[in-house]
Amino acid sequence: MPVPRTDLEDLLRQLAPQVLGIIMRRSGNLDDAEDAVQEALIAAARHWPDDGIPDNPRGWLLRAASRKMTDQIRSDQARRRREAASAAADVGPVPVSYDDDTLVLLFMCCHPVLTPSSAIALTLRAVGGLTTAEIAGAFLVPEATMAQRISRAKRRIQDSGVPFLLPDEAERAARLSSVLHVLYLIFSEGYASTAGSRLHRQELATEAIRLASAMRQLLPDDGEVTGLLALMLLTDARRPARTGPAGELVPLAEQDRARWNREMIAEGVALAVEAWSRGPAGEYALQAAIATLHDEAATAADTDWPQILALYGILERLTGNPMVTLNFAVAAAMVHGPAAGLALIGPLDEQLAGHYRLDAVRAHLLEMLGDTAAAIAHYRAAADRTMSIPERNYLTMKAARLNQP
Amino acid sequence: MTRFLLLVNYDNGAVEKPMLEWDPADLRAHLDYYNTLNAELTASGELIGGERLAWPEASRIVRSDGKAAPVVTDGPYAEAKEQLAGFQMFDVESLDRAIEIAALLSAVPGPGGVPMGQPIEVRQVMEDDAELGIEL
Repeated sequence: MPVPRTDLEDLLRQLAPQVLGIIMRRSGNLDDAEDAVQEALIAAARHWPDDGIPDNPRGWLLRAASRKMTDQIRSDQARRRREAASAAADVGPVPVSYDDDTLVLLFMCCHPVLTPSSAIALTLRAVGGLTTAEIAGAFLVPEATMAQRISRAKRRIQDSGVPFLLPDEAERAARLSSVLHVLYLIFSEGYASTAGSRLHRQELATEAIRLASAMRQLLPDDGEVTGLLALMLLTDARRPARTGPAGELVPLAEQDRARWNREMIAEGVALAVEAWSRGPAGEYALQAAIATLHDEAATAADTDWPQILALYGILERLTGNPMVTLNFAVAAAMVHGPAAGLALIGPLDEQLAGHYRLDAVRAHLLEMLGDTAAAIAHYRAAADRTMSIPERNYLTMKAARLNQP
Repeated sequence: MTRFLLLVNYDNGAVEKPMLEWDPADLRAHLDYYNTLNAELTASGELIGGERLAWPEASRIVRSDGKAAPVVTDGPYAEAKEQLAGFQMFDVESLDRAIEIAALLSAVPGPGGVPMGQPIEVRQVMEDDAELGIEL
């Protein structure tokens, strides 16, 4: 019976990291293991649509990948005689947990020896099962360039001798936070892209959500994992309203809330509440709580700013990030008036010198205050400094509108 | 990652002698330096692409008011030194890295193997993204 293509794709992408984990555990070489698994996946994609999905699809892939691995090693026997012996061994029963292997693979791909961009590329390829061409397309570089980057990342992991093991208790928290950070970066790469251009990039946000929910299945009791997934869902739910017909940015206060994805919001809110209930909230759980308050407001005017202000206050103490202080100042302006917000961003001049976002927030608060001339000057300064085309267009338009007599 | 365009003009930095008059061995070393550097930057997954431009003597300047036939004049207007000679696009971690690469390009050996000190302009490419963060 023919198998629908998307079902097959979902199944293969779910099995890919599990099979890779097992092959990796045996061979100890990420590069060879990944090539072997890719070839096995290609073979499956070729045969299964006509032959039907085998009774044990994971076993089928494992056998195919092991065979490829053996072939590769045979062709280079002198150097790798020992590995050949282990890879050529009969597949037999597999004693390890598949879940653990996926998790180990994630920890490995997001290892701090890699730069964030290498970690992102490797995670999408090895855990997400995306092709190099898809990843290259999403990051606007030629496929050959991305292939170089991925193989360099694999070599880096290999050379640094990171063992294929779950990190021990002492290291666990730090390593988990790098994994979450990489997933967050993948999400924002996708979410940041605006409609009309780079539609393929939005798949990155979807992929990040898929990886975060896989992660939650592996670590259901971790508040930050749950918090990150909630944050992604609550943010992505607003995507349909975030850009106008010409791809222009629509600020939160002006978005048509009827276009928000209610299903995603409901799921996100439930997860945010759960994350919140798991002891002291971390940065993702806090951000998810703030996103919940935005998403649950029927209109912009109904937004619970006092609560948002309190949450940003906690987040600011937790992270010490000046970008959080900017958000805190906006919330303070909504609760106590623009002068209060402006007073809070005053001390940021040094830390965020020349950053367009500081100018953008200052312009917005000055506009609220009714100081049009100063607001225009800061909108223009922000427009000059941003490296984002839609943001530059938005800020230029704000200045132009205020400048009308 | 951030994309940068690195631009080079027909400005030979500290070298006075026109390239067509260099010793063959110096020319060879000059070209080999570029080849090696480009291979390294390709292998690192940073060099996206680039081109050398044809001589500026053959350039055309086109103007149109959208109605009449366009007015085409022979360029260039600027001095030869200010004409664009080529460009390369990189995707790198930071501005610092882009500057590091520009410095390697600038130090390409000239006559006698002496680094030329060619001026390289580094321009960041704007992105289509809007940052995730506060949405005013």
